[in-house]
Amino acid sequence: MSTVKIPPVLRPSTGGEREVAAEGSNVGEVLRSLADAHPDTAHQLFGEDGSLNRYVNVYLNDEDVRVLDGLDTPVRPEDTLVILPAMAGG
Amino acid sequence: MLDPMLQRPCGGKYSDIVAAIGQTPLVELKRLSPKPGVRLYAKLENYNPTGSVKDRVARSMIEDAEARGAIRPGQTILEPTSGNTGISLGMICSRKGYPLKVVMPDNVTEERTALLRMYGAEIVYSPGAQGSNGAVAMALEMAEKDASYYMPYQYGNEANPRAHYDGTAVEILEELDDIAAFVGGLGTGGTLMGCARRLKEEDPDTLIVAAEPLQGELVQGLRSLEDGYIPPILDVSLLDRKIFVSNRDAVVWTKKLLAEEGLFVGVSSGAIASIAVRAASELDEGNVVFIVADDGWKYLSSGVYTKPIEELEGTIESASFW
Repeated sequence: MSTVKIPPVLRPSTGGEREVAAEGSNVGEVLRSLADAHPDTAHQLFGEDGSLNRYVNVYLNDEDVRVLDGLDTPVRPEDTLVILPAMAGG
Repeated sequence: MLDPMLQRPCGGKYSDIVAAIGQTPLVELKRLSPKPGVRLYAKLENYNPTGSVKDRVARSMIEDAEARGAIRPGQTILEPTSGNTGISLGMICSRKGYPLKVVMPDNVTEERTALLRMYGAEIVYSPGAQGSNGAVAMALEMAEKDASYYMPYQYGNEANPRAHYDGTAVEILEELDDIAAFVGGLGTGGTLMGCARRLKEEDPDTLIVAAEPLQGELVQGLRSLEDGYIPPILDVSLLDRKIFVSNRDAVVWTKKLLAEEGLFVGVSSGAIASIAVRAASELDEGNVVFIVADDGWKYLSSGVYTKPIEELEGTIESASFW
């Protein structure tokens, strides 16, 4: 199982957990697994069409999956997914 | 003996300090290059008049507004900023006679406040815990309530990436015959978008790599994920990679740039350098260019350059360095 790091803004929906183990061979499956275990995360992570919510960034280890293969990006058990809110810089 | 082109001195004659923006040096970093066949170059945007790449953006936005008739003489400019854009606007607005009000997170280094006041800007602080998202939200609210302001809005203003399309990228192309990878910091997206478009026009195979800050938990003070913010000018499809860097790694690499290459630069530049070296290590040969966004003077008070990393943990967790 891979590890999913939960940002502070999402922790109320995971019972306060900062890290959650989740099953799945790609990013979409892992996030669905997280949402199944913690249903309150579902509408925050996904839009109605099942795509990743616009303001949610998901990183495979340290790389944004939107610039890889999105929800189809393969995930290995030793990988960590990091969920972060979109934040401005500059 | 050094290649004569590498010894071309900085210089030129300019009508005033605003005209002297740009034409920054491209410096090879031989010690940090991970492979003999890969040449690593830093584009030193800290050589701009106020010490950061934002001088290009501020000039572009103000001159664009003037050309369109969008700004009146003596009109107050309002802008959200984490510091550098405000400082650049401060210099340019003081030269052109526009009062300036900036909205900035309250957890930036004291030097940013000093520089803004030095250029005559009025500062409105937003909660540091909300990072730049908070500054953007507050400034938009202020602009909505008071139509007398003109807000350049660097996050949504095409004059921002255009400054890099017409300036930064062109300068790089003038110095190098080919660019295997370009690495920039992702703040507003302006540098990356403008340079990506111009560099890929020249060579579609040039990799565009974004280094972005891993926001510490103390600056993620959002109520919900819907409070997230994506700059309107950002088009992620133009990026080949987008990688976050922790404040800790950024500080480590900032110290490394100083120790190994003599570069005294800001902490975001350390982050960008770390990703540039990573990109370089994945190539067999070619030129890798990365942006040094600003110099180190405004981070001196943080202790980053003088204290060992073990003594900086508290600073690293709560500071806003980008």
